Amino acid sequence: MNLSDDDFTLFGLPQRFGLDEVALDQSWRALQAQVHPDRFASEGGSAQRLAMQWAVRVNEAYRRLKDPVARGAYLCGLRGAAVDAERNTAMPASFLMQQMTWREALDDAGTLDAVEALDDEVAAQERDMVQALGRSLDEQGQPEAAAQQVRALMFVARFRADIRKRLEALDA
Amino acid sequence: MALLQISEPGQTPDPHARRIAVGIDLGTTHSLVASVRHGVAECLPDSAGRVILPSVVRYLDGNRRQIGFDARDQQAADPENTLVSVKRFMGRRLADLVGHERLPYRFVDQPGMVAIDTRQGVKTPVEVSADILATLRYRAEDTFNDDLFGAVITVPAYFDDAQRQATKDAAQLAGLNVLRLINEPTAAAVAYGLDNGSEGLYAVYDLGGGTFDISLLKLHKGVFEVVAAGGDAALGGDDFDQALADWALAQAGVSAVSAHDKRAVLVAARRAKESLTTADITDVACQLDGHDLAVHVSRQQFDALTRPLVDRTLAAVRKVLRDARVKPADVQGVVMVGGSTRMPAVQTAVGALFGRPPLTNLNPDEVVAVGAAIQANALAGNGRDGELLLLDVIPLSLGLETMGGLVERVIERNTTIPVAKAQDFTTFKDGQTAMAIHVLQGERELVSECRSLARFELRGIPPMVAGAARIRVTFQVDADGLLSVAARELGSGVEASVVVKPSYGLADDQIASMLRDGFDSAEADMAARSLRESRVEAERMTLATRAALAADGSLLTEAEQQDIEALLQHLARAAAGDDHAAIDAQVERLAEGTEAFAAARMNRGIQAALTGRKLNDI
Repeated sequence: MNLSDDDFTLFGLPQRFGLDEVALDQSWRALQAQVHPDRFASEGGSAQRLAMQWAVRVNEAYRRLKDPVARGAYLCGLRGAAVDAERNTAMPASFLMQQMTWREALDDAGTLDAVEALDDEVAAQERDMVQALGRSLDEQGQPEAAAQQVRALMFVARFRADIRKRLEALDA
Repeated sequence: MALLQISEPGQTPDPHARRIAVGIDLGTTHSLVASVRHGVAECLPDSAGRVILPSVVRYLDGNRRQIGFDARDQQAADPENTLVSVKRFMGRRLADLVGHERLPYRFVDQPGMVAIDTRQGVKTPVEVSADILATLRYRAEDTFNDDLFGAVITVPAYFDDAQRQATKDAAQLAGLNVLRLINEPTAAAVAYGLDNGSEGLYAVYDLGGGTFDISLLKLHKGVFEVVAAGGDAALGGDDFDQALADWALAQAGVSAVSAHDKRAVLVAARRAKESLTTADITDVACQLDGHDLAVHVSRQQFDALTRPLVDRTLAAVRKVLRDARVKPADVQGVVMVGGSTRMPAVQTAVGALFGRPPLTNLNPDEVVAVGAAIQANALAGNGRDGELLLLDVIPLSLGLETMGGLVERVIERNTTIPVAKAQDFTTFKDGQTAMAIHVLQGERELVSECRSLARFELRGIPPMVAGAARIRVTFQVDADGLLSVAARELGSGVEASVVVKPSYGLADDQIASMLRDGFDSAEADMAARSLRESRVEAERMTLATRAALAADGSLLTEAEQQDIEALLQHLARAAAGDDHAAIDAQVERLAEGTEAFAAARMNRGIQAALTGRKLNDI
């Protein structure tokens, strides 16, 4: 076992998008139970440093595997189709239209209930997109298409963060 | 001093069993120390049988001080030199302290952290906290008639980096070996979880004297995972006292001007608040300069005038639920912590929000210290292996200043620690050879609305056109929640880094000098203390290495075992002498010499974890 092993190997999981979340959580806890610095609190500095490195690595992998968008992006990278969202910003016109409609709906939503209803709608769309991403990676073997889907999901995630900010402002 | 070591037949006396570890709840209004004795975690009483130590220090003439009840009793008589609730000032600047002009202290607006001018000179909140911690340390040492192996100290989950660092500095100043800082709600859940064997999603509502915390924890097979945390670092029982005091003064049509009057009316309000926990009506009564104050207050009136404070806690609760994407009904239990949760209105409001009555069966004052003691016991290696593991999160996002006074987040709040994350930046001017790095903590987008943690510069970047340099800034947060930041230009390899000491900047040598000025003023004491600490460290390393050899010696060749054995012998010889530097050097050599062994053991552990899981699946 190496710090540089890929996330799936580290967690003993098959390298695919579809994921057994219970197994992921169990692996994470089992690994942290072995490597967390608290396990070495009564030992010397070198064991502490090493434990810190491993615990950081395990947490990093866990965070990436747990989040569908991050997991999808990571798999695209492993399969030679880097997502590269900063340079690759071209999106289909229909998707951009929908984004604009949503943004306008958020501007118009004046109450907690209205904003929450919009969030539910966006969340449903997000679930469909995640399922499509899973099919591209696990069934159709199309990492390029998957990378495009990941970029779209990143837009949606950013929009939902804005929705959350609005919810907090309305609740304050 | 034990004359006879008695052990069960067939058992060798386990050296680990002698390690005395304590949990300390360093609270705003009071502090406690607890330890696991005979398998039970309990708070340690003082010689008068009281477990609570009021977090109050009074500075007297001639370098004398009163700490605890004696100091608290004098706060109205000597308000300027009797420091209460200093936890609210930890790692804060004067400008951060809302309502400081109402307090009776002579504040000194120092860069980084506020200080208070007393008759013994200027005292920082760190020094005052160290006085409280040292008192608890002596109490524990007297109880066990032995030195302490280490302590777990609790902090509000919402404490930022500066406040955590200040707490750790205070502990160091008090001569404590800090095994870990843990969040107060986590400690409370440890106490409740182990006692009740609960599993599932729990909320911990902690309303103390000066801070409010709300945390969501997932309890699963002995693992305590903080799912989300929030709160308000400047909201607590003191604010309820203040609200009642202001109201009572307004009712009576008088104002409290002198320091004595301000303190007296606060003490009276606090007394009235406490009696309203059971009584329906009471008086806010005290003597002010020249006249008496006596105002009737009913529980209904008190509830109405403090409702905005309760509502602020509920808004924070809803925010945390949203962060965790759960509904109140998903929460299987609500743990109440902190003396302020005794207020009936608080219990009712929390019960209504979650749709279930909160858990109150442990003493809300003691539960945090008890949980910390359980964790301290586990960290000292006294507990059964694998019994307890805390997986904590950072409470506030960490980021960097970018163009236009904006904050770029590097690590989001509620990320599980330890964590490291890197972000790449570039230069914006041609030929730029230095880059200023400004580290911030908070949720807002503007630099001016976040807390500044540190500034440093990366120098010596080779001149390039704008945008060509690649500067990678790495944030690392350790298991105590403390941050270090490093910056590196990837082309040239130029580096700079800081361990983020809060801007008040207690550097290690300053702490050392405060230590010299503080408890052990004589030179000889200092040397003796260094030697004792070195010997304790040598013993700790020796025990740890021996235990590792016994468990995993098979990972080593005969020659490797002999090398480690030789290092242990050298260390033992050094430890028998009086030269603490020589002992430290041998400790360091042993640490280096066992590094590869530690790596191999870690690997074996990880393999075991994965195999174990796969076996479970079958």
